Amino acid sequence: MAITTQETGQAAAEASGMPQLDPAAFGTQIFWLVVTLVVIYFVLTKIALPRIEGVLAERQSTITNDIAAAEELKQKAIEAEDAYNQALADARAEANKIVAEAKAEIQADVDAAAAKADAEIAAKAAESEAAIAEIRAGAVESVKAVAKDATQDIVAALGGSADAKTITAAITARMKG
Amino acid sequence: MAEQSAKQGGGLAKIVFFVVLALVLISGVVFAPETRELAIHPMEQFKVTPLFGGDLGAITITNQTLWLALSVISVILLLVVGSRGRAIIPSRSQSIAELAYGFIYKMVEDVAGKDAVKYFPGIMTLFMFIVTANFLGLLPMSFTTTSHIAVTAILAGIVFVFVTILGFVKNGAGFLGLFWVSSAPLPLRPILAIIELISYFVRPVSHSIRLAGNVMAGHAVIKVFAGFAGALGVAGFLPIFAISAVLALEVLVAFIQAYVFTILTCVYLKDALHPSH
Repeated sequence: MAITTQETGQAAAEASGMPQLDPAAFGTQIFWLVVTLVVIYFVLTKIALPRIEGVLAERQSTITNDIAAAEELKQKAIEAEDAYNQALADARAEANKIVAEAKAEIQADVDAAAAKADAEIAAKAAESEAAIAEIRAGAVESVKAVAKDATQDIVAALGGSADAKTITAAITARMKG
Repeated sequence: MAEQSAKQGGGLAKIVFFVVLALVLISGVVFAPETRELAIHPMEQFKVTPLFGGDLGAITITNQTLWLALSVISVILLLVVGSRGRAIIPSRSQSIAELAYGFIYKMVEDVAGKDAVKYFPGIMTLFMFIVTANFLGLLPMSFTTTSHIAVTAILAGIVFVFVTILGFVKNGAGFLGLFWVSSAPLPLRPILAIIELISYFVRPVSHSIRLAGNVMAGHAVIKVFAGFAGALGVAGFLPIFAISAVLALEVLVAFIQAYVFTILTCVYLKDALHPSH
């Protein structure tokens, strides 16, 4: 029975020239096609598609997380930069303050030293003036004594005699003039 | 300098390989006198023959069964074995698997709508089967399962029956609105309804014959050229060259027909889910 169907089928196919139209082959073709489709469908739904979907979702979440992490790191970098700038400004202000303080201290020291030196100089000058005045007074006395002696000797050499009282009075008058 | 000479050496080896291949082919043509008669049997490649003898019964294992099994294995190799690494940075085969997944998923989403996504595994099954069967069919001496109208008719029939039942289940009698063109003037509507109804029932026919016809035509053309090559002797390089060109075209057709079949399935699915015009 099967043989006759096949023969007639093949005869029909040869007549039409297309093996595709051989009805004897339809049964096995359809059966195995359906088996194939069912197998592929189950392989896809049970294994392949969930796995690929999982991988894609995981990649998407990884990318999202990475972008978020990068954003966070960028924020942190900006904050760090701000903190650095702040620290730099603080340090600069501190340094300026220290410099100003040191300057003021030094100025005070210098002023004190200058005042002390002025006072010392004034004292020394006064002392020197006193000494000069004393020396001058001493010198006038000595000149007077020398002039008296010289006058007495000159008067004696001229043959006159003069008492000490007159000479002294004359010298004193001359010294004043 | 050494790199360049190595590259040139590789090119030279390639040229030598192709020259030897061409000589073997041409000598086979020239020195095999019994093949020189015009023996063109372009349709023989489509014959379904039992692998282990016997008659063609309903579940006989035939050469077609073998190539159906090979396409199942190809799908498993590509989508299951290829993606086994589950890597964040994919390997090459995993990339292809993800590409296929994204391609069909986006197609379903864009063409059939967001609510059609739950039918994505079925559409993916259709696409993967057709695309692997088409590409396997391009191998020399292979059997192309999608060149058989019995195969494509079942594929299109599954889509047609599923989509029709889904349309009625989702929309009830509202599914008939698909045939009632409410934007047309009232007197025209019954006529349009008849045309729409006919075109609806022609869908599975065109859907199936388009795929089988395209695949079969290309394969038959290649076989015809191959017969010329046998008959022409030394001048056989001309048809061999033509075969290369047709084969390149067939590579395109293999993918495009799988794509067309799948996108039409999505369109029909959209009609079932949203029957209003």
